[in-house]
Amino acid sequence: MTVFIRTLISGLNLGSIYALIALGYSMVYGIARMLNFAHGDIIMVGAYSGIVAVMSIGLPPIVGILLGVIVCALLGITIERLAYKPLRQAPSLSILITAIGVSYLLQNLALIIFGPEQKAYPMFSGVKSFQILGAKIDGITILTLAVTACIMIGLNLFINKTKIGKAMRAVSEDKGAAELMGISTDRTITVTFAIGSALAAIASAFYGATYVYILPTTGSMPGIKAFTAAVFGGIGSIPGAMLGGIVLGLIEQFAKQYISTLWSNAIVFGVLIIVLLVKPTGLMGKTIQEKV
Amino acid sequence: MSELLKVDNINVYYGSIHAIRNVSFHVDEGEIVTLIGANGAGKSTTLNCIAGLLKSDTGDIVFNGESLSKIPGFKIVNKGLSLVPEGRRIFLQMTVEENLQMGAFSNPENEQAGLERVFDLFPRLKERRSQVAGTLSGGEQQMLAMGRALMSKPKLMMLDEPSMGLSPILVDQIFEIIKNLNDTGTTILLVEQNAAAALDIADRAYVMETSRIVMEGKASELKESNQIQKAYLGQ
Repeated sequence: MTVFIRTLISGLNLGSIYALIALGYSMVYGIARMLNFAHGDIIMVGAYSGIVAVMSIGLPPIVGILLGVIVCALLGITIERLAYKPLRQAPSLSILITAIGVSYLLQNLALIIFGPEQKAYPMFSGVKSFQILGAKIDGITILTLAVTACIMIGLNLFINKTKIGKAMRAVSEDKGAAELMGISTDRTITVTFAIGSALAAIASAFYGATYVYILPTTGSMPGIKAFTAAVFGGIGSIPGAMLGGIVLGLIEQFAKQYISTLWSNAIVFGVLIIVLLVKPTGLMGKTIQEKV
Repeated sequence: MSELLKVDNINVYYGSIHAIRNVSFHVDEGEIVTLIGANGAGKSTTLNCIAGLLKSDTGDIVFNGESLSKIPGFKIVNKGLSLVPEGRRIFLQMTVEENLQMGAFSNPENEQAGLERVFDLFPRLKERRSQVAGTLSGGEQQMLAMGRALMSKPKLMMLDEPSMGLSPILVDQIFEIIKNLNDTGTTILLVEQNAAAALDIADRAYVMETSRIVMEGKASELKESNQIQKAYLGQ
């Protein structure tokens, strides 16, 4: 029972991180119809920003995280402006290749600036642990779950209740019709990249706290997993990304605990393949029939 | 009457296809003008170009004394010109009310008054205000598309095939509403394949054929012309 609870909680923890990253993939896909494969590397940039802010400048961890959020949001906007915006009319393959190029660029810049050796992520060292039903749970895990839950509620309110949020939904459904309403597609895409990247920065703090060490390639694996989560949940769907992330994290941790650590990734991707075979639009992806 | 819209020699290409050639026409304030013609003649392209969804390589579009050709597409609705696009293109996953709110995006001060006006014109939409638009019937979706376009309080409303796919009773209703809107001061530019109905309510008409305007005149006169009767009215 204790093992089960511990696995459940660590699955939710990992799933929260995937969900936060998957939101960026899914929102950008929904609005700009592109797969931003540089998104995973934003996590890495967020983590290094935190390290620099805390270790080199000596700022308190929470300020370091906020700084990471700002750096990543600005980086996301910059990448979109410089790399993707000129390709708005280009075939999607060109955009995809550009995104992969940006990903390598970020990794190699980090390699030049921070070197190839791993750096310890410093935050949260003093957070207490809790006992839940006999299982010892890190305070940081509780924090991850609580913050992720708040972000998801906040994001849902933002998308459904605010004017910008509704405009984002309008653009994701029909760009031309949205322009007819007076909504600027470019501005909406900028906002989307800023939000997605900011969420990745928050994910980077939890990732750093869970895995402790950061490398220039740190972003790739969680990036790929989160992309999988976004597809799993139904790419373009915000609740889908949340659900996909959580489910993926749970499957991964339970597979590690009860089946095999070696096989856990294979199982994760196996489940993805099965879901896509049964429901190609993903768990929450929907196709609405247009009436003529 | 003063000239509200002047389209002067526009040309639009889709790749190597020349979709509209040297199209020029005008709409005066208070008029209903209709653009009729066969499928693929370039009517929708013309409206989309005026609304800013497409850009012309030549000429100019002047609305209310201001050239639209240098203005980005999304700012055109601000000038008092709105389009009910072909196929309606309402936001199917958003509610009726949210769709209408999007219509007032460029003119948020008008949101409350606009909602009242639209619900007044289309009581059905009021009943269904919190329903997701994708669940509406075709006729209701057309009403929503028109209501959404009205939310920006346009001086000129352009409608692209508003009768498409609707039952005859609904078509009559839609045309009645268009006439009503015009009576209360909205200038109308109407694209229709249902030429008979369009000519009935229009003041003037232009006929498009293979990407050009080939004929123009008073709607009542065109309706009597042999050529039009043969080609478009099936008589």
